[in-house]
Amino acid sequence: MKLSTYNFLTSMAIKGVKVGFPLKLTISKKELVETEFNPTFVERLLPKLDWSAVYGAAQVAELAEDIPAVQPESIADNEQLLQKLHHLLFEIDVLEGQLECPETGRIFPITDGIPNMLLNEDEV
Amino acid sequence: MLNMAFKCILWFAQEHVNFRISEFESLAKMFGLQFRLVSQQLLKPFWIVEFPSEKTALQYASRSVALRAIFELYSYANTLPDFHNRLRSHVDTHHNELARHFSSDSSFKITVETYNKHFSQREKVEKIETMDYLPIEGAVDLKNPRVELWYLEFWGLDPKAVPPVPEDILFGRLLAQGQRHLIKDLSLKKRKFIGNTSMDAQLSLLMANQAMVRDGDLVFDPFVGTGSLLVSAAKFGGYVLGADIDYMMVHAQCRPSRISQRIREKDESIRANLKQYGCADRYMDVLVADFSNPLWHPRLSFDSIITDPPYGIREATEKVKTKKSGKEDTRSEDMIHYPSTSHYSLQSLYCDLLEFSAKHLKLGGRLVCWLPFHREDYDEEMLPHHKHLRLVANSEQPLTGNTSRRLLTYEKSSEYSHSEALESRKTFVNAPSEDFRDRYFNNALESRKDRRMRKSELRERGRLEMASRGKIPTDARAKKCDLNKARFA
Repeated sequence: MKLSTYNFLTSMAIKGVKVGFPLKLTISKKELVETEFNPTFVERLLPKLDWSAVYGAAQVAELAEDIPAVQPESIADNEQLLQKLHHLLFEIDVLEGQLECPETGRIFPITDGIPNMLLNEDEV
Repeated sequence: MLNMAFKCILWFAQEHVNFRISEFESLAKMFGLQFRLVSQQLLKPFWIVEFPSEKTALQYASRSVALRAIFELYSYANTLPDFHNRLRSHVDTHHNELARHFSSDSSFKITVETYNKHFSQREKVEKIETMDYLPIEGAVDLKNPRVELWYLEFWGLDPKAVPPVPEDILFGRLLAQGQRHLIKDLSLKKRKFIGNTSMDAQLSLLMANQAMVRDGDLVFDPFVGTGSLLVSAAKFGGYVLGADIDYMMVHAQCRPSRISQRIREKDESIRANLKQYGCADRYMDVLVADFSNPLWHPRLSFDSIITDPPYGIREATEKVKTKKSGKEDTRSEDMIHYPSTSHYSLQSLYCDLLEFSAKHLKLGGRLVCWLPFHREDYDEEMLPHHKHLRLVANSEQPLTGNTSRRLLTYEKSSEYSHSEALESRKTFVNAPSEDFRDRYFNNALESRKDRRMRKSELRERGRLEMASRGKIPTDARAKKCDLNKARFA
């Protein structure tokens, strides 16, 4: 799972959960996947992202010094920050780990890089 | 009034004829192309279209999968004398523009293509000779010509009623080939990871065109399966994201579909497919999730959603749900639990799909999906609809028996608001496909047993026929059975 995908996931499906975001991320095994830097795509993705969750992911991935805690006003012309965002969001692949619902503590495992967001029938 | 100075011949493959019109419209919209259709009969393989310039014509050809090739039109007529008169006058009036293609330092080649009638090489050369008045000074070069000229004849659509003379005669200069090479490049035959219901390359490319996928788009498939739709979306530059309820499928550990393959290889995956076609960079993620429950953050919006939901025939329609059974629960806390799934009716599946798309598409973004149905009860009214989505294209592909499926393209036409959506949801109740599976298996025109008996009778008759002609029959069916037995021995 890439950290950009992490930014989109919630645990809203669990019965009684209102927001379910951001999930608590734990990484036990990760891999670096080099991908082509596409600044326009990163820019287009920015409005879809929740910055606090971006920063949270950076902390878990030990890249917190690269990413400011508060979203800067203009990112589009900050090539360096775009590069760092690209690295954080697209090049770190979480192979093993887990996502935890902030409200109920329900754990979603990540195996072979694929998160399993399925709930049991009594949870929906 | 626009200046549509550039007349073109579009030569289409006569396959999925239904889809070429909506593909043309989608691509024109995607590139913002101006055009004027001269041809009226859009089922013919040759169309005449006016574009403002050569550049716009090439833009269209750079994406079309239905298109074989595109030509600059020099002459067109319904009869041979008219054709030659027009070609002569075209050459006279366009002397200056043609000079560069016809000059002595250029080289050329003329190809004859006839539709619905076969000609020998000699007859084709004779056809070329009829145009000996063309003032071409360059040399003939059959291998690497600078200019390729094409002479096209259309002899009707019905192979059983070929007319005595060609219905259309066209002549022009080749501008570009369409993108049909992609069909071979992305062929399922050589793809690393495929499943029972992987979409064939041609249709999945058509779907990506319908969805107007462009470089840097975010594309989502909520019923991803083996990711066959993501491949073509990624090929056109989309960043792809997928989800599926089937854990074994997403992890590529389900039973192999190839008859020659016993177990899945370790490195099979959706990502490996994208790597195979050189677009690994476009892979975002796939995950295991149940579509009937909310998962994505409300602010997330996709540029397009391309999907082929399960119809309940070859892949089950499922969602997570409690099943009531009289048996005692023997599970313990530490056992691995597999959530039980229940039937997810097509009706509610499409309801959810449209609602999801209305919520998560950008304004103007497209949802492209298939809807299976029984042909006799098709009615425009039965198509799923949603207040915020406008149906922009609808093409049919016949399947087996009396079933069929339609490729539906919706465009998000207004911003989503929750209360309005709830109202519109109620209107879509008489869904057709509710009982698609039941009718498929139980109420077919002939029962499965009748069909089996009829087929075996046919085979027997064939065998007798062959024996009477002294041929030795090879039993292809038995061969296939043996292969299957060997696979599970």
